[in-house]
Amino acid sequence: MTPTVLPYGERAVLLEVGSIDEVLGLYAALRAAPPSGVEDIVPAAVTVLVSFVDRQALGDALPALRRIEAAAPEQAGREVARIPVTYDGADLQDVATLTGLPVEEVVAIHSGTEYTVAFNGFSPGFAYLIGLDDRLRVPRRKTPRTSVPAGSVAMTGGFTAVYPRRSPGGWQLLGRTDTDVWDGARAEPALLRPGMRVRFEAR
Amino acid sequence: MSIVILAPGGRTTVQDRGRPGNAYLGVGRSGAADMRAYALANRILGNPAGAACLETTLGGLSLRSSRSAWMTVTGPTVAVTVDGLPVGVRTAFFVPHGGVVAIGVPERGMRNYLAVRGGIDAPLLLGSRSTDTLGGIGPDPLRKGDVLDVGDVPDEPPAGHDVFPATEPPDVTELVVDRGPRADWFTDAAWSVLLRGRYVVTPDSDRIGVRLDGPHLERCRDGELPSEGLMQGAVQIPPIGTPVCFLADTPTTGGYPVLAVVRRASLPDLAQARPGHPVRFRAG
Repeated sequence: MTPTVLPYGERAVLLEVGSIDEVLGLYAALRAAPPSGVEDIVPAAVTVLVSFVDRQALGDALPALRRIEAAAPEQAGREVARIPVTYDGADLQDVATLTGLPVEEVVAIHSGTEYTVAFNGFSPGFAYLIGLDDRLRVPRRKTPRTSVPAGSVAMTGGFTAVYPRRSPGGWQLLGRTDTDVWDGARAEPALLRPGMRVRFEAR
Repeated sequence: MSIVILAPGGRTTVQDRGRPGNAYLGVGRSGAADMRAYALANRILGNPAGAACLETTLGGLSLRSSRSAWMTVTGPTVAVTVDGLPVGVRTAFFVPHGGVVAIGVPERGMRNYLAVRGGIDAPLLLGSRSTDTLGGIGPDPLRKGDVLDVGDVPDEPPAGHDVFPATEPPDVTELVVDRGPRADWFTDAAWSVLLRGRYVVTPDSDRIGVRLDGPHLERCRDGELPSEGLMQGAVQIPPIGTPVCFLADTPTTGGYPVLAVVRRASLPDLAQARPGHPVRFRAG
C-alpha cells in the first residue's frame, strides 16, 4: 500500500499511512534507499516526515515518494538493546490497581516482552517503544509530574519508554535504570533508534 | 585565545548551522535563528561557513578578549563599542589584547550575531556547537564569567571593505507561506483569514516558536492528531486558534495541526520580529 502524500511547505512532505507497523516499514524502505538530497526522515505514530535540502531536491524525489512501498517491518532492525530495570516505580501500585494484576505480574509482563522503537520525540533520545502487552494498557496520570527523574522507566497507552533526562512527564512510572539512553559524549548519543528491539530485564 | 562574558545581555547562546539529519533521534535542527545574519558574520571575518558565533537577544552583551582579535556584529543596527569607542556593525573591527566589546540594545529587531575570527570553539555534539534550548543540548545559555575558547584563525582573509546590506526589520514583517499538511483540518475561510489578517508577535515568543495574536483560525474537524514530524517554519494552530510559528529550536514532533509552513527565506525576518511587531502572511 502506498502512503498518502501531504504537502509540507517548499521542501518537505508528510507521508501518511494507517499504522505504526506501516510507519516502521516505510521508514525501513526510506533508510535502505534514501532519496537524493534528503535532510531528515522523522517517523511518528502514523506518518513519516521527509524533508530535503531544497525545493529542487523535493521535486526530484516526489515521483518516487508517491510510489514508495513499505518494506517488511521485521527488516527494520535486528539489534536488541538490553536494559536492566529496578522495578520500584512510584506508580507501580497504581498500575497494579488499574490493570487488576498483582505487582509481580505487572513486572513479569513488562520485562517479559520484546519491544520495538517506533520513533523518537519529546526530547533527545526519548524513544517510543511499541509491543506493550494489552493487559498493561493504562492512561496517563491525571496530574503530570513536574519532574520525572532521568532513567525512569514508564508507560502509557500502548507505549513504554525511558526518560533520558529529568523532565516533566505524565506517564506511569514502573521503575528506573542506570542505562544512559542519551549521552552527548558518545559517538552515537541516542541508544534507541527507530526499528531497534528492546528488552527490559528485572533486577 | 579566549573570551570572557562580562554580561550576557537578554539571552546569549552559541549558534552555528545546527544539526540537520538527527530528527529521528528526537534532536531538532536548532542553529542560528537568523541564518542570514549569522552567515554574513562569518563571511565578513573570512571564517569557515559553519563557524560558531554568539546569538544575543535584545542586546546587552559585553565581553573581554584575552588577546587581540578581529570581530564583527551583524543583524539589526545596534551600538557597538570597543573599550568605550564606537565601531560599526556589519564590518570587521579590531579588538586589542584585553579589549572589552559591548553591544547596546537595537532600536529595531531582536537578534544580533557576534562573531570572532576563528569561531567560538565549544564542544561539538552531532556535528554542531549550537545551544538547543528545547532539547537541552549544546552549551548552556551564557552567564556572567563564562569563558569561551576561540578556534584557530583561518587562512581565508577577512572580506575587508565590501558593503553589506542593512537588515533592519520592515514596519510590517511579511512571511511567505505554503499550505501545510493539515490545512484540511481548517475551514475554507481559515486560509484566507491567515493571509488577510494582521498578527502581532506576543511576548511569550522565543527560539522555539513565535506566538502570534490576531484573527482566530477555525477548525472544521474535531479530535486529536497523533504526534507527527515538525520542522522549522511550521505554523501550528493549537485549540486557542492563533498561530505558533516554529523557529530554530523546533521540537521534532508535535500534535497540533499545521496549517501553513513559512518558507526558509522568510525565517530570518521572523527571527527579527520582536514582541509587539506586526506580521502578515503572503501565499508563496
